[in-house]
Formats: sequence, structure tokens, C-alpha cells
Amino acid sequence: MTTILVFEQLLNGVQLGVMLFLMAAGLTLVLGIMNLVNLAHGALYMVGAYLATAAMQWTGSYPLGVALGLAGALVVGMAVEVTTIRPLYSRDHLDQVLATFGLILFFNELVAIVWGRASLYTSLPGWLQGHVKLLPGSSYPVYRLAIIAVGLAVAATLWYVVARTRLGMLIRAGASNRTMVAALGVNIRLLYTVVFGFGAALAGLAGLMAGPIYSVQPGMGELILIQVFVVIVIGGIGSIRGALVGALIVGIVDTMGRAFLKPVLGTLISPTAAEAAGPALASMLIYLLMAVVLAVKPAGLFSNR
Amino acid sequence: MRRLAWFFCVLALAVLPAVVTALDQPYYLELARRVMIFAIAAVSLDLILGYGGMVSFGHAAYLGIGGYAVGILAFYGVTNGWLQLGVAIGASALIAAAIGAVSIRTSGVYFIMITLAFTQMLYYLGISLDQFGGDDGMRLKAKSDFGFLDLGNPVQFYYVVLVLMLAAIYLTQRLVNSRFGMVIRAAKSNESRTRAIGVSPYPYRLLAFVIAGAMGGVAGALLVNQTAYLTPDFMHWTRSGEIMFMVILGGMASAAGPLAGAAALLVVEDVLSSWTQHWQVILGPLLVISVIFFRRGLAGIFSRHDA
Repeated sequence: MTTILVFEQLLNGVQLGVMLFLMAAGLTLVLGIMNLVNLAHGALYMVGAYLATAAMQWTGSYPLGVALGLAGALVVGMAVEVTTIRPLYSRDHLDQVLATFGLILFFNELVAIVWGRASLYTSLPGWLQGHVKLLPGSSYPVYRLAIIAVGLAVAATLWYVVARTRLGMLIRAGASNRTMVAALGVNIRLLYTVVFGFGAALAGLAGLMAGPIYSVQPGMGELILIQVFVVIVIGGIGSIRGALVGALIVGIVDTMGRAFLKPVLGTLISPTAAEAAGPALASMLIYLLMAVVLAVKPAGLFSNR
Repeated sequence: MRRLAWFFCVLALAVLPAVVTALDQPYYLELARRVMIFAIAAVSLDLILGYGGMVSFGHAAYLGIGGYAVGILAFYGVTNGWLQLGVAIGASALIAAAIGAVSIRTSGVYFIMITLAFTQMLYYLGISLDQFGGDDGMRLKAKSDFGFLDLGNPVQFYYVVLVLMLAAIYLTQRLVNSRFGMVIRAAKSNESRTRAIGVSPYPYRLLAFVIAGAMGGVAGALLVNQTAYLTPDFMHWTRSGEIMFMVILGGMASAAGPLAGAAALLVVEDVLSSWTQHWQVILGPLLVISVIFFRRGLAGIFSRHDA
């Protein structure tokens, strides 16, 4: 029984980690290449979730909803880049934080105007609803397995694009020396818009996959955004590999902490004290982890600078 | 010239209660008090952000710690305001020391994210404090009792806030013009040169961080008396963003900037929210525009000098 529970929570942790990775990949690329802090990344996650849910209700088709949600996040991301982000590249991080903070207020309220403040629910097609037996005596939701599969596929594709293609070469070059890449005749503005747009699409993908598990509501992007910051700080800025490892660590630690910290503490201190301290400590666990990592390696585990 | 401007500013603030009472508009007294409380928070953030170059995205943490210090003491029947203020300052300073000790080792984006994450951690701690209302928060049992001063009286409370705000501005100005402040400012403009002349910035930065945290705690202790209600939202990260915005809007590293920024942001919020409940959809783009076009805040509109 316990092994099954641990195994299931481990998978839940990997599933959360994979979603964090989808967010962190876009954010860390934007940070590493353009040296831009984008708080509005969480808003793009929310936009993806809302557009996909709305498109599903409108067309009645899950795949069509996913496609429209992704396309929508891509378009919104590129539009945001062209209108608001471009003037911010030359500014310091403070201005970037404040301007993208303004974007968050705007998007949260816009979503509330269009769809209301109440949570929306996304229904899944039949083939994603069931459970599968992974271990004897345990049945695990197909949908969560599908998220893990999609996330790992995206990670592999991303690795291939960044390490093996011409676009990836430009991205890596842009990360190490922007001015030089521009001097070699690369249209750096276009490259930035494309990278930002793809980051937005990845955030949208994470958002639309989160829809059926968590609730779709205004402000849903902020909670995950701050966890993604923890991921990036742990993994090291600009490193996709760091983002993957950091995301899995944070996802697993957070999930396991919430599931097992209370009972484990209960064996060490009195159960009533554990009842009170367990949940508090569990929600603080990833931040403590981050503090420890920083104390040992101030630039993150996989920093490339 | 500058002294004269300050004189009229303080004079205007000092006679405001009389004017407001004469016009029978008590709401504006409350708004002015709110502005000045946030001005204290903004002044303290300006010390580390404007003068020290430390972009802390977690200053709401100290509003929360100050607020919870007062709220929890009042919950257990301790309403002595001096004691409450002392605990609020002490607790904020201690936690600022812990957060600062880790955060100041890093810089740039890392510093922004870490201060944000630590504040988020305290926010979740606040949510999990079930005996103090958890997510919903709790009513403040009784206002702080400062003996001869009665915070229940809106005018007396107003003057308490005014005096504390002026004290915070004065203290900050004295600090930044002292040797200590020169080190802080030097480390902001060129860290390696500061090291080269034989000063390690770390302890100075940490001390500035602690002082700013303590002043933020004072603002929190006042804020909970103002709202008479305590929730983890004191520490919500959008609160940190707002305080940061006040500093930038008013103009960083200036004596009057934080007050001007707090007044501008809170009044705009007040006006917009009286028009529509969806005021944030207007405020958001306004913030973006002000960042992109007014690079040095409100002060930058009036003067052409570069800071």
C-alpha cells in the first residue's frame, strides 16, 4: 500500500515537474538570450488555458481546442513582444519587472471581463479520462500520464532544436553574445519575436494542459510563475537542462512534501504539532530548498556563466 | 527653494484634517492616511532600491510581519502600542536579516526572484496560520494603545502617521548622506571600485536591508490599525509590486519621491475604482506606459537633469 502511494505521488511530482518545465523553458530562454525578466509569462499560461477551454466549448472538439489555444498563446505572445516588450530590452531589470507587472494586471482583469471571475471547467474526451494499472493494485489517471509524455516529448524536441538545428545555433549564439550575432547579419529582432512567441506557446501548452486538473480562473498564472522562478534559480538562468532538472526536483519535492511531510513529522514530534506544522512546512519546502541551493551554488546548478 | 517646498508640503499635510473636517469629507482623511502609510513602506524600499540598487521584489513581507506582530499580540490581549511597535520592528529586522543574508549573496535577476520567493514563503506561512484566520484573515481585536494617543480617533491617528512618515523620510535622508550611505551608494554605482578602495559592500548592504525591513514593519503595524483587519494579502506579491511601483513612479533616490509615488498610485487607483470594478484593466496599461515613457518617474517630468 505504502509503496503504491509513494509511487503514485512520485508520478504526480513528475507530472507537476513537467508542467513547470514547459513554463521554465520559455522563461529561461527569454532571460538567457534577451536578458529580459518577464513576469507576464504566467499571464500567457492563463491565456492559453482560457483560449483552449473557450475553443473547446465553441467547437466541441478537444484537439481543435488544443490547437486554437496554442495558436492563440503564440499570437498573443508575439503581439505582446512587439507592442510592449521591445522597448524594454535596453532597460534594466527593474523597468522590465514593473512593465510586465502592469501586463499581468491587464490580462487578469481582461480575462475576468470576458469570462467572469468564477472558475471554468474543461472536460476531457473519453480516451483521456480513464485509469490504467501501472503496478498491481494501483490505477493511475491516463491524463496525467499523457501530460508527462507530452512534456518529455517537448523536452526532447527542444533539446533537438537547440542543439542540432540552425535556429538553435542562433539561439545559443544570441545567448552568449547578442551584439556579435547581430553584426553577423542575423535579424535579431525577428529572432527575439520568434523565441518569445514560442516561449508563450509553451506556457500556453502548460496552461491548457493544467485546465482539467487545476481550475481555470483569473490569476491562475501567478502561483505557477513563482514556482517557475524557483525552478530557474535552482537550475541556473539560460540553461534548458537546468530548467528540466530544476523543474523535476521542484515538482517532486513539492508533491512529496505535501503528501508525506505531515505523517513523517508525526512520527518525530507529537501528532497535533505535526498537524499544524506539516502543511505550513510543506508549502515552504521548495523555497527552503532554493535557499540551500543558493547558499551552495549562487548561480544555480547548471549555470552557463 | 527645496526647503520651502518641503515647508509647504508639510504645512498642507498638517492642516488637511481641519480642511477635511470643515468640508465633512472624512473619507479623504482615510485616503491620506493610507497614502502616508504606504509612503513609509516606499521610503524604506527606496533606501535599498533607489540608493542601494537592490531590487527587492518582496517588500510586502515586512508589511505582513508588522501587521501580524500587532494582530497576534492584540489577539492575546497585549494592546500596548509601544510594545507592539517594538515587536513589529524587532521581528521585521530579524526576518530581514535572515532573508538579506541569503539574498544579498546574489545579484541581478536572482536577487529579484529570491526576494519574491521568500515573501511568497511568508505568504503561505500566513495562510497556514489557522488560529489567526488562515486564508480569510482575522479582525484586529483592538487598536494599538499608545496611552495618551487614541488611534480610534481618525485625526489623532492621522497625526501619528504623519509624524512617523516624516521621521522615516528624515532618518533615510540622514542615513544616505552619512558615511554608511555613501558606501551603499558607491556599491550601487560601482561595486568593484568600492571593493578596490577597501570596503566590502556586503555588511553595509545587509544593514541597509535590515533597516529597510524594520521601517517596513512600522508601516505594517500602522496599516493593520488602518484596515482593522489582518489577512495574508498584506504579503501578497502584487503588494510588493505596488510598493516598488510607488518608488519608481515618484522617482528613485529622492526624499519626496516615495510620498509622491504613493499619492499618485493610490489616488489613481481610487479614482479608477470609483469608475469601474474592472479598473485594473486600465491601471495595467497605465503602468506599462509610465515605465516606457517616463523613465525617471514623476520627478523626471519636471527636471531635465540626469540622476
